[in-house]
Amino acid sequence: MILDSKIPDGPLEDKWQNHKFSNKLVNPANKRKFNVIVVGSGLAGGAAAASLGQLGFNVKCFCYQDSPRRAHSIAAQGGINASKNYQNDGDSVYRLFYDTIKGGDFRSREANVYRLAEVSGNIIDQCVAQGVPFAREYGGLLANRSFGGAQVSRTFYARGQTGQQLLLGAYSALNQQIAAGQVQMYNRHEMLDLVKVDGHAKGIITRNLVNGAIESWSADAVVLATGGYSTVFFLSTCAAGVNVTGAFRSYKKGAGFANPCYTQIHPTCIPQEGDHQSKLTLMSESLRNDGRVWVPKDPKVSEKLRKKEIRPRDVAEADRDYFLERKYPSFGNLAPRDISSRSAKEACDEGRGISGTGFGVYLDFEDAIGRLGQPAIAERYGNLFDMYQRISGESGYETPMMIYPAPHYTMGGLWVDYNLMSNIEGLFVLGEANFSDHGANRLGASALMQGLADGYFVAPYTVANYLAQVGAGVPDPDGPAFREAKAEVNDRTNKLLSIQGKRSARSIHIELGRIMWEYCGMSRTEEGLKKALALIPELRREFWSNVRVPGKGEQLNIELERAGRVADHLEFAELMCHDALNRDESCGGHFRAEHQTEEGEAVRDDENFSHVSVWESKGADTAPVKHKEELVYESVKMATRSYK
Amino acid sequence: MKLTLRIWRQDGQNGSGRLVDYKMDDVSPDSSFLEMLDLLNEDLIESGDEPIAFDHDCREGICGMCSLTINGIPHGPERMTTACQLHMRHFSDGETITVEPWRAKPFPVLQDLVVDRSPMDAIQQAGGFISVRTGSAPDGNAIPISKEIADYAMDAAACIGCGACVAACKNASAMLFTAAKSSQLNSLPQGKAEKDRRVLSMVASMDEAGFGNCTNYGECQAVCPKGISLDFIAQMNREYAVASVKQIFGRA
Amino acid sequence: MSLLASSLGKKYVMALSGLVLSIFVLGHMVGNLQVFGDPYLINAYGYKLQHLPYGLLWVVRLFLLACVVAHIWAAITLKIQNKKARPQDYEAKATVQASLASRTMIMSGLIILAFLIFHLLHYTVRAVPGHQYNHAIIANDGTEYPAEVPLVLHGKTKVDAYGDPLIVHNVHDMMIAGFSYPLISLFYIIGVYLLCMHLSHGVSSMFQSLGLRNEKWRYRLDKIAMVYGWVTFLGYASIPLGIWFGIVNASV
Repeated sequence: MILDSKIPDGPLEDKWQNHKFSNKLVNPANKRKFNVIVVGSGLAGGAAAASLGQLGFNVKCFCYQDSPRRAHSIAAQGGINASKNYQNDGDSVYRLFYDTIKGGDFRSREANVYRLAEVSGNIIDQCVAQGVPFAREYGGLLANRSFGGAQVSRTFYARGQTGQQLLLGAYSALNQQIAAGQVQMYNRHEMLDLVKVDGHAKGIITRNLVNGAIESWSADAVVLATGGYSTVFFLSTCAAGVNVTGAFRSYKKGAGFANPCYTQIHPTCIPQEGDHQSKLTLMSESLRNDGRVWVPKDPKVSEKLRKKEIRPRDVAEADRDYFLERKYPSFGNLAPRDISSRSAKEACDEGRGISGTGFGVYLDFEDAIGRLGQPAIAERYGNLFDMYQRISGESGYETPMMIYPAPHYTMGGLWVDYNLMSNIEGLFVLGEANFSDHGANRLGASALMQGLADGYFVAPYTVANYLAQVGAGVPDPDGPAFREAKAEVNDRTNKLLSIQGKRSARSIHIELGRIMWEYCGMSRTEEGLKKALALIPELRREFWSNVRVPGKGEQLNIELERAGRVADHLEFAELMCHDALNRDESCGGHFRAEHQTEEGEAVRDDENFSHVSVWESKGADTAPVKHKEELVYESVKMATRSYK
Repeated sequence: MKLTLRIWRQDGQNGSGRLVDYKMDDVSPDSSFLEMLDLLNEDLIESGDEPIAFDHDCREGICGMCSLTINGIPHGPERMTTACQLHMRHFSDGETITVEPWRAKPFPVLQDLVVDRSPMDAIQQAGGFISVRTGSAPDGNAIPISKEIADYAMDAAACIGCGACVAACKNASAMLFTAAKSSQLNSLPQGKAEKDRRVLSMVASMDEAGFGNCTNYGECQAVCPKGISLDFIAQMNREYAVASVKQIFGRA
Repeated sequence: MSLLASSLGKKYVMALSGLVLSIFVLGHMVGNLQVFGDPYLINAYGYKLQHLPYGLLWVVRLFLLACVVAHIWAAITLKIQNKKARPQDYEAKATVQASLASRTMIMSGLIILAFLIFHLLHYTVRAVPGHQYNHAIIANDGTEYPAEVPLVLHGKTKVDAYGDPLIVHNVHDMMIAGFSYPLISLFYIIGVYLLCMHLSHGVSSMFQSLGLRNEKWRYRLDKIAMVYGWVTFLGYASIPLGIWFGIVNASV
């Protein structure tokens, strides 16, 4: 596997400009001869499909939902960062770049992150022009807030639904191109394989989720914007349909998978209540600005709380442990996501957790309400309190909220070079599906920024450059490579349908989720990961011998969809554990219990692990092979993150 | 909780459908409506039946994919709540609950509770956008937009495109949806240039799809999980009238 | 014309014709309430309307007729479209907030139409068998009133340009005779009650269809429409009731 990051020469701040100039261009008259497939219609995919369509390329865009507007980007609440410095508080491209590199615990690529910061301002301009109703001040100018512990106010937002508004912006641009005939949209189509012709990505195989038809599509280039893989944990903040299939099938076809162990566990989610649950709900972490996190000091008190023998308000102040304030006096309840999440887990592991399951901690607004009054709190977080009440049936004003960390975002993804092209020529990977910008931990309000940067301002240049180099020449979608891939997909589908065992795919997914959460979740150990690596293949065998998928392939079949996704998760989970085991250090969201300070802080090993781990598939039952891309820091000095 | 569910089962788009009764004995009041259906499906798969197909995705009330008419009310009895965020504690033990798909001619049933809502996309494609090429935008602060206008546009933009308004309307009218989308863009200075063209083509697309008309029942607003106001319909009525008159005189 | 082909265009026709008709309803009521005064009032009023210059009476009549026809045309075409938009209804039916009036507009409208036709035949064309009040006006109990009377105010007979007594149609007694039939009065009261219901939704709805309503004014207009409906009902119903209870008595 050749990993050439193709980082342009020159000073950091000139790299992108120089690169754009050195790119080859496609003659306007020739653009219509080129065809591009875009898989996924979220911020990255939707923006890329629309922008490529505007340039004059013929685009086919696929999504598994019934409308491109429903991609999971829509669920992002908080906001989007941009280094506009509208607040005159000292923000700059370089500061956003530096914060992102540091937040990622020095495990991301400098040049990519700098470019991200550089185009961040253009994203805001673009979205405003599309009619995205960002929050504004009375004077009519754009409002900002500080978010995720940043020291400057650079986050733009649209109430608590920034993701939806940005996605609707991209969707509207996409709609215009669909109406113009530049983009053909295929809803309810799921990508099941990548097709390579002479080493270049030239097409995909899809299943029409309505009638079950397996179809081949060919193009000059394939753009994947298929999102992350947090659903490998079964319970996550992701949409039910989120899956790793697009990225994982590409990995099986030779694309390198980078840093799969980098996952982000979000601290402020509503705890699991029972086995019936299919999804965990995220509440904006802005709640931690006023809420205090605590558990009882004594596990016996926790047990009484769990059994509802006493109420949280009955626990005396002296018997409470405000553990974040105790451990991190300067940041307190606002400690970064990974640190807060881990502390909550520790408290629960000590038997001090609350909520029915014992996996929950309190987020208490009693002090804030006493200090500011309930109306002020309702003004700030009313919608979140409503949501909490809707789901838990309890009022956060009267009793402390219960929260617990949940899998949220995945920083790892398919390896890409500076052009966002994977090691497979012609396969571009955008947004959460790639690995490039967030290192080992993502900062709040940066996911939306990256998705749109990739889709609007990077891929249109780099995809065009690739097309100009290879020239037009769409292969026959019935050619040998396509027939072969299609046959594989058909075989797999038929196999899933023919097992007719006793267990549902969901029940196996739940079991996989438990293994992953236990051994490859917030805190990982060599022993645990090895155990997981033994358990997962067993579970996979159970799946392939005992799963039951009712119905036929040639119909709308929700169980067949689910089973296919679970099958890929079962293989992918193993890859994740391999990576987590191999990365013998703690960094960002990846915490290896063996590598911590006496106070329980993560200890990085820059000497041995300052690289991107890129995995090459060697088949389902053979261990993957690791390749390295060394991370070279020319502009920033690596430092230890400290939030004490 | 013990429940009897009467659920619409339909085998494919052209198949005939009917309500089928299912009994559930042990439903947690803390589970969501969709989680309850997940468990019912687990039971069905275990006993060798085909599970009930229903649309869902984000399960946090924002993607707009879930589309169940519960006891005759789209998204069920709780106001400002999508079916995915509706919890079983709002039902009583022993209750019979009828679950049907969205009903409208432009939304044909694909299977069981899954319907095709693509005409809503078509309405947006007809004019639900501001024509701005990537990279051609002026600075975000170049045009000040008063907070009131920005908030008003945001109220319209909160629409999640679920189609509950259509499902609730006795006429299966898509006016609330279309109006929310056109009003968001028509209220903002950026959208003014295409205002007339937008409202004319979006209404034409809505009519063409075969949605009914607005008879001002207000059921749409009542079931809308995001509380989209009828004001936007009034705005669209007004703007369409102006645009039509301009068109008659050759100015739109 | 494309405007009329669109659903919104038809709603404008509906609203504008409804506006004319609801203003007429109020005017007609005020005119008829003169029956409670001296017989001179309503007889003179009737005479004036009959003798408007330049054939204005017919201009107004034809205009009103056009409004009625347009109103009905729009209602029927929209109703057909609305029916088509939901070929399959829900098994479990529920209404969240739509008023009975709003849901029965087409029914109340059709009954009002039937009532209107009878009403015109009864008092305008005077062609209902047994009620041809052109040569003699015969009440239910057989009392006979002259169809034409001199116009008398305070004992003084009005004269025309030639000094002859002014002979006018005896509208006052015709109303008394007409409402002396209990079945007719009952039909009349039911008719105006449905009209009241129709207006209680229609008047506010009209503003919405023309885009002249917002959240704040919606509640006010709904109230105004409700008051408007009840005022017209009470006004109209007071006439047969006044006659029944002997508050209004024959002039001869």
